[in-house]
Amino acid sequence: MSYLIKGDTGNWEVVIGLEVHAQVVSQAKLFSGASVAFGAAPNTQVSCVDAGMPGMLPVINGFCVAQAVKTGLGLKARINRHSVFARKNYFYADLPQGYQISQYDQPIVGEGTIVLDMPDGSTRTIGIERLHLEQDAGKSIHDMHPQKTFIDLNRSGVALMEIVSKPDLRSPEEAGQYLRKLRSILRYLGTCDGNMEEGSMRCDANVSVRPAGSNELRTRCEIKNVNSVRFVMQAIEHEARRHVDVYESGGTIVQETRLYDSNRDETRSMRSKEMAHDYRYFPDPDLPPLIFDQAFIDKIKASLPELPDDKKERFIRDYALSTYDADVLVAEQENALYFETVAKGRDAKLAANWVISNLFGMLNKQGVAIADSPVKAKDLGALIDLIADNTLSGRMAKEVFEVMVETGKAPAMIVEERGLKQVTDTGAIDAAIDQIIAANPDKVAEYRSGKDKLMGWFVGQLMKATQGKANPGLCGELLKKKLAP
Amino acid sequence: MTSLTALTIADARDQLAAGKVSAVELADAHLAAMEKAADLNAFITTTPDVARDRAKASDTRRKKGDVGALDGIPLGIKDLFCTEGVLTTAASHILDGFKPPYESTVTAKLRDAGAVMLGKLNLDEFAMGSATITSYYGPTKNPWKAKGSSVDLVPGGSSGGSAAAVAASLCMGATGTDTGGSIRQPAAFTGIVGVKPTYGRCSRWGIVAFASSLDQAGPMTRTVRDSAIMLQVMCGHDPKDSTSSAHVVPDFEAVLKQGVKGLKIGIPKEYRPDGLNAEVSALWDRGMGWLKEAGAVAVDISLPHTKYALPTYYIVAPAEASSNLARYDGVRFGLREPGKSLDEMYAKTRAAGFGAEVKRRILIGTYVLSAGYYDAYYLKAQKVRALIARDFDQAFEKVDAILTPTAPSAPFGIGERMDDPVAMYLNDVFTVPASLAGIPGASVPAGLTATGLPLGLQVLTKRWDEETLFRVSQVIEDAAAFPRLGAS
Repeated sequence: MSYLIKGDTGNWEVVIGLEVHAQVVSQAKLFSGASVAFGAAPNTQVSCVDAGMPGMLPVINGFCVAQAVKTGLGLKARINRHSVFARKNYFYADLPQGYQISQYDQPIVGEGTIVLDMPDGSTRTIGIERLHLEQDAGKSIHDMHPQKTFIDLNRSGVALMEIVSKPDLRSPEEAGQYLRKLRSILRYLGTCDGNMEEGSMRCDANVSVRPAGSNELRTRCEIKNVNSVRFVMQAIEHEARRHVDVYESGGTIVQETRLYDSNRDETRSMRSKEMAHDYRYFPDPDLPPLIFDQAFIDKIKASLPELPDDKKERFIRDYALSTYDADVLVAEQENALYFETVAKGRDAKLAANWVISNLFGMLNKQGVAIADSPVKAKDLGALIDLIADNTLSGRMAKEVFEVMVETGKAPAMIVEERGLKQVTDTGAIDAAIDQIIAANPDKVAEYRSGKDKLMGWFVGQLMKATQGKANPGLCGELLKKKLAP
Repeated sequence: MTSLTALTIADARDQLAAGKVSAVELADAHLAAMEKAADLNAFITTTPDVARDRAKASDTRRKKGDVGALDGIPLGIKDLFCTEGVLTTAASHILDGFKPPYESTVTAKLRDAGAVMLGKLNLDEFAMGSATITSYYGPTKNPWKAKGSSVDLVPGGSSGGSAAAVAASLCMGATGTDTGGSIRQPAAFTGIVGVKPTYGRCSRWGIVAFASSLDQAGPMTRTVRDSAIMLQVMCGHDPKDSTSSAHVVPDFEAVLKQGVKGLKIGIPKEYRPDGLNAEVSALWDRGMGWLKEAGAVAVDISLPHTKYALPTYYIVAPAEASSNLARYDGVRFGLREPGKSLDEMYAKTRAAGFGAEVKRRILIGTYVLSAGYYDAYYLKAQKVRALIARDFDQAFEKVDAILTPTAPSAPFGIGERMDDPVAMYLNDVFTVPASLAGIPGASVPAGLTATGLPLGLQVLTKRWDEETLFRVSQVIEDAAAFPRLGAS
């Protein structure tokens, strides 16, 4: 099901490439020893290197290099054992050196792939063009003074990975899936926390359109710094529509950088190609080429966790889960781990249902992270055990689950305290059925004359009589036997 | 007290050790000399309080028997080295009032070895120049004058303040930095010894950057031995400078008297162009004669890409400088000229803060890195640079050291060659190739012109072979018996 924009002249296809800036998880900045903690008071996490003081020199943070290699491996990408840092020169008040140290024609990571899991269960493989390391700029704050701009250099020098996709994405939906999947992989790897609100993952989208069926690449526009998955999707949808309208009214698209305004749902021009900076890239003479050996890569490779795609495959294979359930469970490493703890030695399908429907539903409603879940995995497992051994009916289990959420207690204790044990003693149930039959001869007659639907009524009566503790399966079975003509 | 300022570092070291003189006496003698010679304009900032405090501390340490390699030795510091709490200007208006909260690695090493800082020495603005005439703080005068002339001469540059101060005995030694000849050429112009070590020998951390791939600190002293003593302290690996080397630092002083017997000395034909100054040419021959007398062998060699060195340098160095100097934007330190917008503030600050030569090089550097020109200029220059380095590599397969003149002429008058930047750039024609190749070079005072002005000879060796550099330099110094200023 391809995404096409209907125009007056026919259908149009959208071509999208994404550039994601992912902040590297590390203690210190890319080229200085300064801390990277988020939320510190302005200009308190700034070394003389980050402030571009005279005579200061950058020294590469080896941990950030390892994180970039790890990410490259997670993206099934080529790792370049020889890469070069280059200076990207431009003037701005929050760029203290007057240049950003980045990588240009020789990035640390080359081509790779990322597999998208589409909602219909299909997959799409998207190419990664490259990943390179670079330092972040500081922050300009324009709204603290009517004339002045305030500068916070805490972020100056923080390590970023710029991850560039190939122009392989064909719909806002795919772009959204790409971001979610990339975020998932980065979080699995522990190389970026993926937090878009705090700015540790930022996205620029390159958008162009072409008549459906064509293979040409038309002029693209770059939409800068869109700070949520939803806004990226909206911005692309809007921008693609704008391109179609321009082409169909006989106009041309000029290559330019645009800003997305989520309040008005529109993009507007930031600077045109003519106004684009000439960044005068050249190899940074303060930094020798970044060179490492295969052993360095191998060591990182050996430390890689099982990644979402492999985990998903294993869940489908070993737990016989549906593609959808597997996708949902593997998106976050902690969720997958929780599920596996619950599913171990139990009915996996039942475990998946409980985790996805009940647990995730509850966590979403309460806005609680899985790490802080009031219901621990072993307790949810114990609850499922109580269903399996017929101690609890499904309905009773839901009640117990509610209590677990409220109190954090183990299910066995709740069952004990509240006397919720399911009645599976056929004698007790038989006696109750006999009473109901005796008290309702007319209903019995109606049932026996063919009104099968009354079975539900009898089950209800029986539940009432046993205060809901009777095993529902057993109830149906025994009722059927007793009511048989 | 003049006798105290005439001491070499080695002599002063002995006299301090023998208790014949105190660090405070040495400091006071030099501070007095500096005051008397203020018209040379060798210093941008004098630091008498720092000097006396450190001298006192040195004398106290000596009483306890706990002294460093340069304890009590009064030195001048080129004002390109950041010095903690002391005005650091790079001779530029744009660094007005800049007092760094940190000390450069090299000056920290000197300080930690007990050296006494007398002040910050004048230079060409951001070390861009060959005559110390582009300083915002005015030109430095060469303490030498031509016989019977009162014309003020340039001390060379960019380390002209360092050269003049050492030659005039205002300090026992000084730090310099050399990007294309900025230690060696002024050393030659003032009749002193200047050593540019192998690129990576000394840390660049805390030195205001001009051209990062070329900048290298080194000592400027009155004798070869003094340079060996100073360099020993200045160099060594620094984890804060990714381009500094972990190469083992040998004992330079220990090899000084090993001589040159059996060494092969290369004489590159490209350094004797048509029209080379006859006195310079004759001195070069005399220098080779001394080395032969000491048992060395002269070998004619060719460094075929020499003629491309100067144009290559004037692409690479300005390119790096244009980027390195972007940080002087008026936002965080130094001069700020207010503007109605950010761009206007930048433009006004940099227009007011930088001198003409600095602006010229920023423009050249910006141009050669621009889209569409990068390949033709910067990339091509990098390739030629590699060829120049290869010339030296091949030569050093045949010879142990190379001997050339340091500069194509004797010092000239202040105000001369001002209107022709290219003529000024030609001062560095013999020093630039070694800078591009990253090899060590020294200038040793070797003789006087007929008018009594100093000329220097340049010794070059392969990378990391400062030992041979010092050995050859020592033989030249011994043979030349150069008449030092004030050492009558």
